[in-house]
Amino acid sequence: MDSIKARFKLDWPGFTLDVDLALPGRGVTALFGHSGSGKTTLLRCLAGLERPSHGRLEFKGKIWQDDTTWLPTHQRSIGYVFQEASLFAHLDVLGNLNFGLKRSATAQRFGLEQAIELLGIGHLLARKPDTLSGGERQRVGIARALAVGPEILLMDEPLAALDLKRKQEILPYLERLHDELAIPVIYVSHSPDEVARLADHIVAMDGGRVVAHGPLGETLARLDLPIYLGEDAGVVLDATVGEVDAEWQLCRVAFPGGSLWTRDHGIAPGKPVRIRVLARDVSLALGEPSHSSIQNILPGVVDCIGPDDHPGLLLVRVAIGASSLIARLTRRSADQLGLEPGKAVFAQVKSVALLE
Amino acid sequence: MLTDSDLQAIWLTTRLAGITTVILLLVGTPIAWLLARSRSWWKGPLGAVVALPLVLPPSVLGFYLLLAMGPQGPVGQLTASLGLGVLPFTFWGLVVASSFYSLPFMVQPLQNAFESIGERPLEVAATLRASPLDTFFSVVLPLAKPGFITAGVLTFAHTVGEFGVVLMIGGNIPGVTRVASVQIYDHVEALEYADAHRLAAVMLAFSFTVLLAMYLRRPKPTRGD
Repeated sequence: MDSIKARFKLDWPGFTLDVDLALPGRGVTALFGHSGSGKTTLLRCLAGLERPSHGRLEFKGKIWQDDTTWLPTHQRSIGYVFQEASLFAHLDVLGNLNFGLKRSATAQRFGLEQAIELLGIGHLLARKPDTLSGGERQRVGIARALAVGPEILLMDEPLAALDLKRKQEILPYLERLHDELAIPVIYVSHSPDEVARLADHIVAMDGGRVVAHGPLGETLARLDLPIYLGEDAGVVLDATVGEVDAEWQLCRVAFPGGSLWTRDHGIAPGKPVRIRVLARDVSLALGEPSHSSIQNILPGVVDCIGPDDHPGLLLVRVAIGASSLIARLTRRSADQLGLEPGKAVFAQVKSVALLE
Repeated sequence: MLTDSDLQAIWLTTRLAGITTVILLLVGTPIAWLLARSRSWWKGPLGAVVALPLVLPPSVLGFYLLLAMGPQGPVGQLTASLGLGVLPFTFWGLVVASSFYSLPFMVQPLQNAFESIGERPLEVAATLRASPLDTFFSVVLPLAKPGFITAGVLTFAHTVGEFGVVLMIGGNIPGVTRVASVQIYDHVEALEYADAHRLAAVMLAFSFTVLLAMYLRRPKPTRGD
């Protein structure tokens, strides 16, 4: 299952990377952290673009780096997407796509047509990079990385250089990658929203070290870990679309332990979706509230209480069946309600984001 | 119009500049690449040595080259032992001297071009399975094309305009080392001002045309993203 084993130690003036990680061989793993946390450096070490003084990297049983071995970047079966698309200015889009394709022995694994189709760039093939929009350039950059038929796709904040509109343009393509790619993807990001949408696993980094890693839902629901998400604290749940209330344009999404009503986005019943509930959108009550505008009220049990960024605030995790929600409360209200682990409460959920 | 000896001098000058440019393309490209990419301590000294001909009086450069290539000099003994004779006062002696004299005009534009490409395209090429040598030919050369054109044109034009080094190394042998600039000097010495005028006008027109062409095809500033 863990097909990537990486251990790197790298000393730069003012920065040290020191990681020892096993990464899953499938799904999207987010390297998450603030700028300067070392996530991009770690990605570059995986690609062989940085050469750490001490390190060992094993990919699917093959040694890419140890004390005696160094596989240069061009011999690693990776695809790499840079933050700026970095297309070759002297080649048109097709020339860029073909550059890696014709040098790769494994190109047929993915294939040019599939890459073009997946990223929706068929109409751009004869264009020069400087005539493309930022979003189009990045889609070409992703397709170019896929066209070599890599065994692993490394993405360095592919959306960070784009404005909100371009991000919205590319995210659906990234979600398709998540659904359709059989190879593991390592995705560097500092955006909790992107991570919540795209990742299956998360590796949280701070100061050149890994501070938490594990499956996304589980890891985000932990209160004891120093991933400071601030306003983005909350949980991600895997759910299924259930009944649709056509009259009120709502649909019910069911997750293990309960269900929530949210705006109907026209997704067919039975389809798996991912929902995100932010801690600031959850409040707690001891009795079942009535006469409330809030539609989603779930019975649960307090299971853990942890500190929040501000000393006046707390994060309270509530078990809802097999799932968990996190609520952000003031310390005073937690005290007045007498919250403690094991106490039965009702969680009121004000807002649910449907992610895919 | 131009006399036969004028035409001979022009042809000789063209041949000298052409051969020098080709040699410097081959020699200057790796030097420029080293200077652009290396982070080593010797980058500074090497850069300074390459730039020396920019500031040295041509007579100083010519003097040292004359000593080195002469019968007692190390280069001269080498060429003599290879059965090539000694190089001063021959056409190939001029080629060697011109290659030193024009070296910075090849290396510096190329170094600038390589530096402005930056690290990123090389990294991209590596992630797309291109070996470093492959990357040089398939990415660096095409991206540095404007730099190569500038470097080639400057080298050619600068070699055409050389005078002091030619006098020191080549003397003034018709058809062998008497290039256009020396021919003009001869005309003036002989008070043949009309002949000097004609040849000088040709040189002026040539130099202006070359530089004009280069400035006209210089890319306009592109709008940022």
